[in-house]
Amino acid sequence: MSNTETMYKLETDSKLVQEYKYGFVTEVETDELPKGLNEDIIRAISAKKGEPDWMTEWRLKAFRRWQTMREPHWAKVDYPPVDYQDIRYYSAPKSAGTGGDGHGVDPELAKTFEKLGIPLNERDRLSGVAVDVVFDSVSVATTHREKLAKQGIVFCSMSEAIRTHGDLVRKYLGSVVPPGDNFYAALNSAVFSDGSFCFIPKGVRCPVDLSTYFRINAADSGQFERTLIVAEEGAYVSYIEGCTAPQRDNNQLHAAVVELIALDDAQIKYSTVQNWYAGDANGVGGIYNFVTKRGHCRGPRSRISWTQAEVGAAITWKYPSVILEGADSVGEFYSVAFTNKKMQADTGTKMIHIGPNTKSTIISKGISAEESVNSYRGMVQVLPTALNARNHTCCDSMLIGDKCFANTYPVIEVETSTAITEHEATTAKISEEQLFYVRSRGIDEESATSMIVNGFCKDVFKELPLEFSVEAIKLLELKLEHSVG
Amino acid sequence: MSGTTPFFEIRNLHAKTEDKPILKGVNLTVNPGETHALMGPNGSGKSTLANVIMGNPVYEVTDGEVIFQGQNILEMDPDERARLGLFLAFQYPVAIPGISVAKFLKGAADARFGQGNVKTGPFLKQVREDMDYLEMDKSFINRSLNDGFSGGEKKRMEILQMLTLKPSLAVMDETDSGLDIDALRIVSKGVNRMVGPDFGLLVITHYERILQYIKPGFLHVLMDGQVAMSGGPELVKEVEKSGYDWIREKFGKEVLV
Repeated sequence: MSNTETMYKLETDSKLVQEYKYGFVTEVETDELPKGLNEDIIRAISAKKGEPDWMTEWRLKAFRRWQTMREPHWAKVDYPPVDYQDIRYYSAPKSAGTGGDGHGVDPELAKTFEKLGIPLNERDRLSGVAVDVVFDSVSVATTHREKLAKQGIVFCSMSEAIRTHGDLVRKYLGSVVPPGDNFYAALNSAVFSDGSFCFIPKGVRCPVDLSTYFRINAADSGQFERTLIVAEEGAYVSYIEGCTAPQRDNNQLHAAVVELIALDDAQIKYSTVQNWYAGDANGVGGIYNFVTKRGHCRGPRSRISWTQAEVGAAITWKYPSVILEGADSVGEFYSVAFTNKKMQADTGTKMIHIGPNTKSTIISKGISAEESVNSYRGMVQVLPTALNARNHTCCDSMLIGDKCFANTYPVIEVETSTAITEHEATTAKISEEQLFYVRSRGIDEESATSMIVNGFCKDVFKELPLEFSVEAIKLLELKLEHSVG
Repeated sequence: MSGTTPFFEIRNLHAKTEDKPILKGVNLTVNPGETHALMGPNGSGKSTLANVIMGNPVYEVTDGEVIFQGQNILEMDPDERARLGLFLAFQYPVAIPGISVAKFLKGAADARFGQGNVKTGPFLKQVREDMDYLEMDKSFINRSLNDGFSGGEKKRMEILQMLTLKPSLAVMDETDSGLDIDALRIVSKGVNRMVGPDFGLLVITHYERILQYIKPGFLHVLMDGQVAMSGGPELVKEVEKSGYDWIREKFGKEVLV
């Protein structure tokens, strides 16, 4: 059975489709630290991971910085104050193992990921994808390791990388998103518990897609993962990220940091399907998704693209960005953000043009339904050194129903006369004319809506790896089922 | 015909939009195997009638019935009407960006004939043959539906959809307007392939031109929301020669501007 079929089967099983099908809880014994945040907690996290002193110090420095910072409130989102002392910063399944290759994983955990469509054992593995699986605070398995190691590719959990590839981690960690970059990045730098590390050496084209699947399970813990991807000269990697969490009445914090580094002629494609629990129809529960993602096109002709399908989380605060430093480097951002119920999404990108002849493309599709608020916030900055820089931006918003909102906040700053920037934006209600036309051919209202919305998102979905794009389309269909009619 | 279920019958149909009455008691019957033409001056309600038959929510039906296959379809959603075998060729076909012609046609055929009854391979082969018949470029099958199509291409796409969905009753809403003579010939060729003993057709038009290609057995003239006159093919020639004024006088209505 092909992977695509598996997903189709999973996604269309009517029993699972009813509400949020990933909302179940796994019963596992956990190894937890007490709630709250102070230097002792940070030292304890670092000790649990057997980290070297430099890492512990790095965390403490970030924590001290964080204490001087204030939570940002410029985004178009509204939520009660977060009590950072009421969060558990470390929770791990006792029998998780140490981020090994998938052998000997707790059967209870293996079952969880089976249910989520992420088989961990060798037999059922997706042939074209290597997976790192993060459950609450730790990585529980990374597949395909030996195969990748033969080509010099390092793909493992961040904890393991700190122990085994300390020099590499030390060289690049925080070099794109410094610990003091923003409030959440500082918090993450202090308490991050796991995440993925990928290193693709010079001239190597990674033969499979690398993937991390993030799962929040524990009730009162936050998830703070840290992902670092380095593509050396001429290297290529496609990386996929997926996320789910149980359905709970309290809000849980997810504050991740992702750093991408592309050296000369390297290319990194980063794809996300984010389906955190979004809360119920009254806005109770759901994940606060406060994430800093940034790529650095360090070398000439390097290329970084972010593709995201954001369909979950109660609140999203996320702006995957690219610093275009290398001459002729290319940054891309393709985004579909869907909100329904009382979800609030403030998402977009920043393209910072530094090198000459740098190019960036931004395609953003926002869809708001029910009582949600969906905002695009983007910045294109062209510095005086970025001669002949080019940017093309297209952000379209679609409204379904009359109680939702779409906002667009684009900023364009150009400091050289040789740059060309284009910006297109549209906002439209899902067109009655289109609906009537499609329905007049026998297609029912729900399918017609889903067809029109999928068509609207196509320019973004086509950038996703194939199986993932199928999953994104199905997910969107499921979400629309509850928002139409 | 009393005692038998009518195939397609419009009875005393009244409809309005934004509180403006447009249809004021339309009566019209189409039997299987018949081709009817509906003509009339601008603003007489021709397009409204086509849209009301299909169930466009922009219009509100205030009275009357439309019976199709023995059921009052005014109670049904547009998609139910289509699945029952009703088809409307739009005057202004709508673009659906991002959805390919192939995907759209397959989705529509699945809805009409039941999922599982339409096998992708043979289906696409048939679509390609039909496109060939309508002298359409093969590349259209992968293009977004009606997106960036010329007027003539859109109209051919309507006929392609009709050939694909095999309705038992089709309403063509000014399919001929804006077509050059070649496109008109091709579109008519497609329509004529549908014509047969089990197929009813209502051609709404402004011009007699299309009626040289699609020969109606009946002509109705719509005026001020009512059928003012009905007749056979000879009436087409009368309208062509003398326009609508004499009908209006006979019908006893004020001249509309």
